[in-house]
Amino acid sequence: MSVNFLYPEYEVERNTNRCIACRVCERQCANEVHRYDEDLQMMLADESKCVNCHRCVSLCPTRALKIVKTNHTFKESANWTKNNIEELYRQANSGGVLLTSMGNPCDYPVYWDKILINASQVTNPSIDPLREPMETRTYLGKKNVKIERDANGKLIPNLPVNLELTMPMLFGAMSYGAISYNAHESLARAAEALGIYYNTGEGGLHQDFYKYGPNTIVQVASGRFGVHKDYLESGAAIEIKIGQGAKPGIGGHLPGHKTMGDISRTRMIPEGSDAISPAPHHDIYSIEDLRQLVFSLKEATNYKKPVSVKIAAVHNIAAIASGIARSGADIIAIDGFRGGTGAAPTRIRDNVGIPIELALAAVDQRLRDEGIRDNVSIVVSGSIRNSADIVKAVALGADAVYLGTAALMALGCHLCRSCHTGKCNWGISTQRPELVKRLNPNIGSQRLINLMNAWNHEIKEMMGGMGINSIEALRGNRLMLRGVGLNEKELEILGIKHAGE
Amino acid sequence: MKRIYVDEKWCLGCHLCEYYCAFSNSGENDMVKALKNKMIHPRIQVEENNGISFAVNCRHCEDPICVKGCLTGALSIENGVIRIDKKKCIGCYTCIALCPYGAVMPSPDGVVQKCELCLQRDGNPMCVQNCPNQAIVYEEGVEI
Amino acid sequence: MNYVIIGNSAAAIGCVEAIRKVDQESKIILISKEKEFTYSRPLISYYLGGEVKADAMGYRSPSFYQDMDCKTYLGVAAESIDPELKIVSLVNGEDISYDKLLVATGGSPIVPPIEGLDQVKERHLFQSMEDALTLEKALSPKKDVLILGGGLIGLKCAEGIGKKAKSITVVDREPQILCSILDEEGAYYVQRAGEAEGIRFILGENAKSFRGNTLVTDSGMELPFDILVIAVGVRPNVELIQNAGGDVGQGIKIDERNETSLKDIYAAGDCVESRDFSDGNAKVMALLPNAYLGGENAGYNMAGQEHVFINTIPVNALKFWGKHLITAGNREGDVYTVKDENNYKKLYYTKNNLKGFMLIGDVERAGIYTSLIRNATPLSEVDFELIKDKPQLIAFSSKTRRKELGGAQ
Repeated sequence: MSVNFLYPEYEVERNTNRCIACRVCERQCANEVHRYDEDLQMMLADESKCVNCHRCVSLCPTRALKIVKTNHTFKESANWTKNNIEELYRQANSGGVLLTSMGNPCDYPVYWDKILINASQVTNPSIDPLREPMETRTYLGKKNVKIERDANGKLIPNLPVNLELTMPMLFGAMSYGAISYNAHESLARAAEALGIYYNTGEGGLHQDFYKYGPNTIVQVASGRFGVHKDYLESGAAIEIKIGQGAKPGIGGHLPGHKTMGDISRTRMIPEGSDAISPAPHHDIYSIEDLRQLVFSLKEATNYKKPVSVKIAAVHNIAAIASGIARSGADIIAIDGFRGGTGAAPTRIRDNVGIPIELALAAVDQRLRDEGIRDNVSIVVSGSIRNSADIVKAVALGADAVYLGTAALMALGCHLCRSCHTGKCNWGISTQRPELVKRLNPNIGSQRLINLMNAWNHEIKEMMGGMGINSIEALRGNRLMLRGVGLNEKELEILGIKHAGE
Repeated sequence: MKRIYVDEKWCLGCHLCEYYCAFSNSGENDMVKALKNKMIHPRIQVEENNGISFAVNCRHCEDPICVKGCLTGALSIENGVIRIDKKKCIGCYTCIALCPYGAVMPSPDGVVQKCELCLQRDGNPMCVQNCPNQAIVYEEGVEI
Repeated sequence: MNYVIIGNSAAAIGCVEAIRKVDQESKIILISKEKEFTYSRPLISYYLGGEVKADAMGYRSPSFYQDMDCKTYLGVAAESIDPELKIVSLVNGEDISYDKLLVATGGSPIVPPIEGLDQVKERHLFQSMEDALTLEKALSPKKDVLILGGGLIGLKCAEGIGKKAKSITVVDREPQILCSILDEEGAYYVQRAGEAEGIRFILGENAKSFRGNTLVTDSGMELPFDILVIAVGVRPNVELIQNAGGDVGQGIKIDERNETSLKDIYAAGDCVESRDFSDGNAKVMALLPNAYLGGENAGYNMAGQEHVFINTIPVNALKFWGKHLITAGNREGDVYTVKDENNYKKLYYTKNNLKGFMLIGDVERAGIYTSLIRNATPLSEVDFELIKDKPQLIAFSSKTRRKELGGAQ
């Protein structure tokens, strides 16, 4: 029906002078955009199917392809933007909730970009990380114990178990099911090689990956998929997932056609049944309930695993975090509203939650004010885009960061925001075998290792510039930060001065 | 010696190896100039069926039956690489009748052709360099 | 160690190359009745066709004898062997002693006993470079050529002399050409290609007698000619071994190590009979790849390295008038046939093995079929439907491919 028609968002520009009709674009596009026409002896494209994932562009051997944003326009206004108009039309056609994926793309302030980092001059000399020791190793978990000595004056090692990280980064929770086997293998192998951790997400742990247990954080979410004794014991830590930055307050839904084979086995649900994660944990309606689950998990694993609680950054985050810090949890993971997802209702993703920078500053301050900051470590996510974001997060009070989207990008993700279609051309957010094999973990894990090492190196350089030689000495050191273009309230919440002050 | 190995687990059936092979052996330094509007005759060929795909090219066997069976001495081993002297080849296809991998093929110039490990490019096989998924690797391994 | 090789073609060269892989020190003496540097015998038709120059006939690079440190006696035939004294006597009176000897004397064209044949003046054979040069001299665009024999050699000759004669007629007593390697239907593809080039085929006619320069057949057909080429077959040169007391059947008898019944005397190439791995019968398989492989096998054993060559099968790859054909194995068992105007394919198979095939036209990757025969690969290990469709490795198991293509042990 013509009233349904929406002009394609992207146009495939093919330089026919360069195209050799090798058809790699055709073979590699799971959306079936490209095809070779025998009569015309040339490649044609149906751009209405294009999601702008760049698989064809990246593999075209003669650089004959590019994808451009269409310059076709609506009669837009500042109020009725193209997105508002298109989404309305789409819903008038379908009558359904709009689905999308990856992080919030809307034009909200990114505070990382309004914060600047300090450097030493003359009085407090900077440190050259190439010549002098520079420590980015850090530990996650409780550090609140009093120092105790025995009769002989020797230290009693009474520190609860902590996670040791060679650098203040972890790979964020992404379930097997949401992402592919090969994506999980890449993350697991990179985490092991780097001496950090990856997180199973809520879909359980594939039998093949138990061997990476010492570098794995196993998640327990509201659906409790794949949770059993061996699973809990296999990881280095356990994470209770309460919420996710991209869709705070709502659950998840993996449709039945995706819960086949290994996925159903790993999740411990019948093949083909919908995997529904309820919005709340049905056994948690209070901090006291949360405390019960935290200690149930600790009890089940002999108090050998730190327990993390992951929540979405929402309005009352500071009070919620305070409760969690008192629940017995060892780590609080806070996911900001720009965090990614494999599938979320568009309206939720784009309108619910708050920026991680403000949430982190508020939580760190609140816990300090209440004298319980050392009860927990704070891990933040959603979204960290580079090493400077990490330095700023640590200076705002984070112990470490979770990297989800950034890790996927190292694996090839081009942020096309079409994960929910299950046709990821890069083999990441798909379960179709012919697409999954496109991600070779030999390449994927190496690219993750490269990225983490590069960022770690940059973190050391920025720390050196500040005259700080240990990441733990940077944590919460907000004097190392200044804001630009921020109002008084924002500076107050972030707990930083304005540049020039 | 280094050999080309293929792992069908990672082969995507994208056929880029074939195009890079044709380019590498074209004598041109621009892929568009080399391949635009041309039928390619690569020395590496992708087989595919039922979701399985893999590329096949000369294994450079330690004990090559193609060389032994060659009627004219056009095939020979040079530092472990099996080479074809197109001037000596008469196109009888005895090598095609013998190669158990089907890796020697008719050449458009009437004789035969085969992978020579991109020796014309300092022995950096282009199929390997340009395989997007490391399904073709060039490394030290077992003798075939 | 003192190695002596009688012969200078594929088997002899295979032997030299194998010996030198094992033993770089000992002396190798190579004796040949032909005076030429080792040349590729099948090239003589290409030489006549003008596709290959006389100086490009070399089977190996010109420095081969030096590189391999061989002492050569070229143009000097070996007359006899004394297996007791271990001596080869040459026609020039020289005696050469050996520790290990290879007899690679090849075959000689058969000259059939046909009445009046000895009266034919322009009577040629087509086996050696010398034959080719003599024939070349006799040819002219005014001469009618009659080739007696429609086998590989006869047809290669017909193709080679092509435009150099006024007319070419091929006569064979069989109702088809190439009867040793093709069935009648397949042979017709080749015949048509020849006829398109102006070759005349007289088939099913047995040569009865010659009346001057006219061949008369059993049915009374009279075929006049200026030049006659006899190409009815080749007979193994077994005399040296036979006279020395060695076992001889259709050819010189050898074991799996290519050793004859005489100790330290080996034989390989067109002069031997060996067991056809595809059907188990002893036969002479006078084909260059087998000659090389046999010579090589002998060479390894002569140099003291255990080596066997048991999976000898006939493999033919030929091109006639632009038409390629490849055949291997034998014609035993069930048949799978696919054909169209230009292509012909027959696979012969028993319950669990591919036994033979004929491919005409599209012959690509035929070696995959050949290896199925040579290795006696059980058909249960391959997807036979895929293999029938075309030779392809995807018909094999992933495990096999991991080993063969992936380098897995």
